[in-house]
Amino acid sequence: MQLLHEPSPEQIKEKKLYAEMGLTDEEFNMVEEILGRLPNFTETGLFSVMWSEHCSYKNSKVLLKKFPTEGEGVLQGPGEGAGIIDIGDEQAVVFKIESHNHPSAIEPYQGAATGVGGIIRDVFSMGARPVALLNSLRFGELGTPRVNYLFEQVVAGIAGYGNCIGIPTVGGEVQFDPCYAGNPLVNAMCVGLIDHKDIQKGQAKGVGNPVIYVGASTGKDGIHGATFASEELNEGSESKRPAVQVGDPFMEKLLLEACLEVVKNDALVGIQDMGAAGLTSSSAEMASKAGSGIEMNLDLIPQREKGMTPYEMMLSESQERMLLVVKKGREDEIISIFERHGLLAKVVGQVTDDRKLRLTHQGRVAAEVPVDALAEEAPVYHKPSTEPAYYSAFQEQETPVPAVTDMKETLLALLSQPTIASKEWVYDQYDYMVRTNTVVSPGSDAAVLRIRETNKALAMTTDCNSRYIYLDPEMGGKIAVAEAARNLICSGAKPLGVTDCLNYGSPDRPEIFWQLEKSTDGLSEACRALETPVIGGNVSLYNERSGEAVYPTPVIGMVGLIEDLAHITTQQFKQAGDLIYLVGEARPDFGGSELQKLTDGDISGRPPQIDLSVEKERQSAVYEAIKAGTVASAHDLAEGGLLVAVAESMMKTGLGATMTIGGHLVTESFSETPSRYLISVKEENREQFEQVVSDAALIGRVTEEARLHVTGKAGEAILTATSSELEEAWRGAIPCLLKSKG
Amino acid sequence: MKFAVVVFPGSNCDIDMYHAIKDELGEDVDYVDYRETSLEEYDAVLLPGGFSYGDYLRSGAIAARLPIAAGIKEAAQQGKPVLGVCNGFQVLLELGLLPGAMRRNRQLTFICKPTTLIVKNNQTPFTSTYESNQEVSIPVAHGEGNYFCDPATLTELKENGQIAFTYAEDINGSIENIAGITNKEGNVLGMMPHPERAVDELLGSKDGLNMFVSLLKQWRESHAITS
Amino acid sequence: MMYEVNVFVTLKEAVLDPQGSAVNHSLHQLGYQEVEDVRIGKVLTLTVNGEKETVEARVKEMCDKLLANPVIEDYRFEIKEALAQ
Repeated sequence: MQLLHEPSPEQIKEKKLYAEMGLTDEEFNMVEEILGRLPNFTETGLFSVMWSEHCSYKNSKVLLKKFPTEGEGVLQGPGEGAGIIDIGDEQAVVFKIESHNHPSAIEPYQGAATGVGGIIRDVFSMGARPVALLNSLRFGELGTPRVNYLFEQVVAGIAGYGNCIGIPTVGGEVQFDPCYAGNPLVNAMCVGLIDHKDIQKGQAKGVGNPVIYVGASTGKDGIHGATFASEELNEGSESKRPAVQVGDPFMEKLLLEACLEVVKNDALVGIQDMGAAGLTSSSAEMASKAGSGIEMNLDLIPQREKGMTPYEMMLSESQERMLLVVKKGREDEIISIFERHGLLAKVVGQVTDDRKLRLTHQGRVAAEVPVDALAEEAPVYHKPSTEPAYYSAFQEQETPVPAVTDMKETLLALLSQPTIASKEWVYDQYDYMVRTNTVVSPGSDAAVLRIRETNKALAMTTDCNSRYIYLDPEMGGKIAVAEAARNLICSGAKPLGVTDCLNYGSPDRPEIFWQLEKSTDGLSEACRALETPVIGGNVSLYNERSGEAVYPTPVIGMVGLIEDLAHITTQQFKQAGDLIYLVGEARPDFGGSELQKLTDGDISGRPPQIDLSVEKERQSAVYEAIKAGTVASAHDLAEGGLLVAVAESMMKTGLGATMTIGGHLVTESFSETPSRYLISVKEENREQFEQVVSDAALIGRVTEEARLHVTGKAGEAILTATSSELEEAWRGAIPCLLKSKG
Repeated sequence: MKFAVVVFPGSNCDIDMYHAIKDELGEDVDYVDYRETSLEEYDAVLLPGGFSYGDYLRSGAIAARLPIAAGIKEAAQQGKPVLGVCNGFQVLLELGLLPGAMRRNRQLTFICKPTTLIVKNNQTPFTSTYESNQEVSIPVAHGEGNYFCDPATLTELKENGQIAFTYAEDINGSIENIAGITNKEGNVLGMMPHPERAVDELLGSKDGLNMFVSLLKQWRESHAITS
Repeated sequence: MMYEVNVFVTLKEAVLDPQGSAVNHSLHQLGYQEVEDVRIGKVLTLTVNGEKETVEARVKEMCDKLLANPVIEDYRFEIKEALAQ
């Protein structure tokens, strides 16, 4: 059972070689107990990778249980490749978000590209046609060569993969904060459409059914990637990295079309993507879910390099591969479909009834382990949790209203903050139109895609203000979910559900685990209150570089249904003379705000406070008003507050706005109090709109003249800026920061 | 009128082309697999955008050496309209049916956005329902759309009226802002912008539809004469 | 006989090479002012079974037919005996 150059089971134990693979002493003893003997080198590898945080969620499972995962229309919750929600007409929407942070930190182009490739496979392995991609990205502050390089290459990698495979990249967000400088976050989300009858599961059922390997051959790339993803980055990470995985979007396009043809064939029993932990996770999980076993002859695995060992083959994370189980006797039928698409497909094993994963290699058994032990029985930890000192200090602190001397300069400065500034430089590189369904393209609150042959559309967004979450994880968690939902409401959609990508530092540090614990409390509460169940997602821990953790960043991906194309709404003002309303009152909420960051250079204090019942009520009112056809434009107030939202609504329209501000000037203009909207309404719809949205305050009008003109209650001038001044600040910021690289 | 949409491995705008013809123009259209060798039964041939063979060697290079190449060349020789959009344009260049070559965009990044085109020649089967010098809004989405040809070829293109579309402003470094060219006979057109993405107001523009309307008009006219 | 053929494909001199210009610019920024020009090409390594004369003729054919685009690219190649495995 042992290859000549591999250490013996005894050596693995004595020299603690398992520790290098990521297993603790305790975990290694568990493995020994499960097997009733010492594991060999390959088996140790199987356990270490399947019991990594990335595959087993061993540190986060206790918290993920809190999420509401059921609800009206949920056809598939967490546990499969992606979650599924019914959208009527025998159709459903499939979506999931996943992180590819560590690979992107090391090799940004390929890291991001393969992240996109992986999430697409998760969606089409469910039997769904992928229709859209979104990305949530976090980088350090632009302006240094390293950060600029990471940013440019990540964007190029996303574009390179998505554009080639021909799935439109329609939205997402990019934010910049120093905490992400050494450990950027690259979260990719894919949305698909499926007919109910085509829904697949990754299950290996039916003893004797053949197991088929499809796609690219297996190389030595990405070995132990899942384990790598479950450790902090440090100075040595670049050299320690596994061979970088290289994406092949052309191969994946072929794989996508072939798999969507195969899912219509009743010979297919189960199908799963070979993602993290490659062959190991796909085979063990498919067998475990079906209560069966799998045996594979590794000599049959298509190999890119000569002399690969079982350990290398099982732990390889080569891209663009799928594992299928088909009905016995019909394998040739399925293989011929793949061959017609120019793909390699090969029977490599069969389903057994002994609930074991058995691997043979050169006539010998290379590994034999219980599938449930790999897939289901990873240890679960409830790590110690401690409230960090910074939190109580911030809670007790008064959060002053920042001093503003020049209103116009401040507004222009806010518009050119990279987090607020136009992301055209990014999304102009993404083919967001391919397949011609994109009705609302990147740059509005949410992207909207029509559903062909219906009168409906899907709205989708990602969101997470991690500054708020850092300052107060529970409150910030609630705000993240609420804001994502507001984005969808503004586009005319009813929010359906959530996929989340939880990006944190090391859970081994009690303060970080506390962030994880509190923020998931907030997320759960908001998902319940807003009736948006969590149908899947991903956890990425150990996002640290040399001891510096990123802000807790639980990215919320949300999808909503637009019942009628006529309800589609964007944030842009539509015509001069329309009335401008502000829904919701401002409080002095400046903790973690863009204005605070701008004036203080850092964030502190308490973040904005949200009342979920007010949030829900306003969402319903604005949604009703849109459905009634009374809303011309709708925009969620977020980073930068009211004046930034007004300026954003003017961009690219050639229109202007005149408005009156009362109360405390800075608070009214720049506070980031949540649950608020900026809405424009045609004069003739005034009465009807005001009836439906009772707490809307009329603050101004859209004007022919392309400028923003703000006055006080007594008519005193507060700010006047031309559209081109605003637009220049907003559009020029990111290209300018990229050019300035040293 | 019957259109063929040729599908190469890696084509990804085939569906857009298909729907433009079927749903917006309301004519017959089939997908034709790259392994076929004849396009005899079709009145017009459409080569869609995408990344045939990943554009791994050069964009369009491998696609231009597949069995269907014979059918495309034959259709062009017979005077049938052949339209190549984006990757389809690159395939036409590699086939030698149009002069010149594509380089990477000058800014080295992919570019996707609505652009304004100028109709330079409205005397082609593809552009007859546009006004001369009309400005139309049609989006681009490409990484290698930086058109190049030598000065002699450029002179020839101009003299023969082979420049069908130019960009109103320089977006990728193309010589003379060239966005689309025809062969000398005028029945083969290659262009980087995507008219099939501009056939529905819901998605932002309907300015591309006239290209297909022009083809239909010419086909009906010639059909009326011959029958 | 097994031969290893390295085919070098480069942009013709008259054709602008934006990638090369970008690298040139970046080298200058790093202080390598002595760099006058950068041109980027590609190398294709073919492992070919055959006789030396026919290999040469055949590879030339491959270059003309597929590997290089005569409108914008030049090519040259080197043939050497492949080491026995």
